Amino acid sequence: MAPQDTSTTMAEPTSLAPGFAGIAEDWSSDQRTFKNVPWGKAMMWIFLLSDTFIFSSFLVGYMKVRLSTTTPWPNPSEVFALSFGGEPIPPILIAIMTFILITSSGTMVLAVNYGYRKDKNKTALLLLITALFGASFVGMQAFEWTKLIVDEGVRPWANPMGASQFGSVFFMITGFHGFHVSVGVLFLILVARKVWRGDYDTEKRGFFTSRKGNYEIVETMGLYWHFVDLVWVFIFAFFYLW
Amino acid sequence: MAHAQGQQHPLSVYIWVWALLFVLSTFSYLVDFYHVEGYLRWTLILLFMFLKAGFIIAVFMHIKWERLALSFAILGPPTVLLVLIAILTIEGDYTFLSRGVFFGTGS
Repeated sequence: MAPQDTSTTMAEPTSLAPGFAGIAEDWSSDQRTFKNVPWGKAMMWIFLLSDTFIFSSFLVGYMKVRLSTTTPWPNPSEVFALSFGGEPIPPILIAIMTFILITSSGTMVLAVNYGYRKDKNKTALLLLITALFGASFVGMQAFEWTKLIVDEGVRPWANPMGASQFGSVFFMITGFHGFHVSVGVLFLILVARKVWRGDYDTEKRGFFTSRKGNYEIVETMGLYWHFVDLVWVFIFAFFYLW
Repeated sequence: MAHAQGQQHPLSVYIWVWALLFVLSTFSYLVDFYHVEGYLRWTLILLFMFLKAGFIIAVFMHIKWERLALSFAILGPPTVLLVLIAILTIEGDYTFLSRGVFFGTGS
């Protein structure tokens, strides 16, 4: 293994206690709790943990609102149905969006894998494909929002289909998720550019943090992207299928 | 150990999980498509949801291969959400009943 900058990867003792004994040992050790994990990745995990609580608050709030409305909740299976000239098909667009996000998760995981193999071109290409899928997801969401606002008259304070809280919950939850996807797409393009340029091969220092970059950043980026997919799994189940 | 060079695992693991996620998503869509109702619906939807979430976290996010100190730090705290869910379920029922009592069936 080539000598690396200590700010990203530290030499670890080769024998770390496994299992539960390892937990006690890691947490009571000096300097670092999370062994074998670069600091950027640990920080991304901490951020994702806080983000988990934000999305959970939204979803639990939605649960409470839905439990307490006396007017019936609009049936998502009908609201989000699309018809292509004939019978309306139940949330087909949502299903397609789900598949797109899963596909992008798959290309992301491949990008991480090729990154660690130092395959610069494949990594950059896969990152760009992931970004493309992400962008198309946001596009479909924009289409969905337009349809709901313009054609169906859904507003955050009222809608013609039922409980008036439907709009505010829908726009807040999917909006916040869509924002995450959009930020992820920018993040992906940024990392793809750096990979393409070879920054992680030459360990070029970042313009902002001045830290040496390497392919671990692709994995950290991947964590964020998979998290966005993960949140969608819950939104899909609780909002669109419930 | 794989960690010295980051998380490197055979591609086949990822491809399998990837395929599985597609299958599980299709299943949850079919639950809605065929209008499965009642307890069966919730059981199936929650089952597919947790399976998908579990595979994404375990394999795609590499938690399966991380040290337990990190896994527990990540997966432990969200369990307190169960308390929030319990509290707001009670609160939601209470609000529903109050609305029934004070506003009738409207609003």
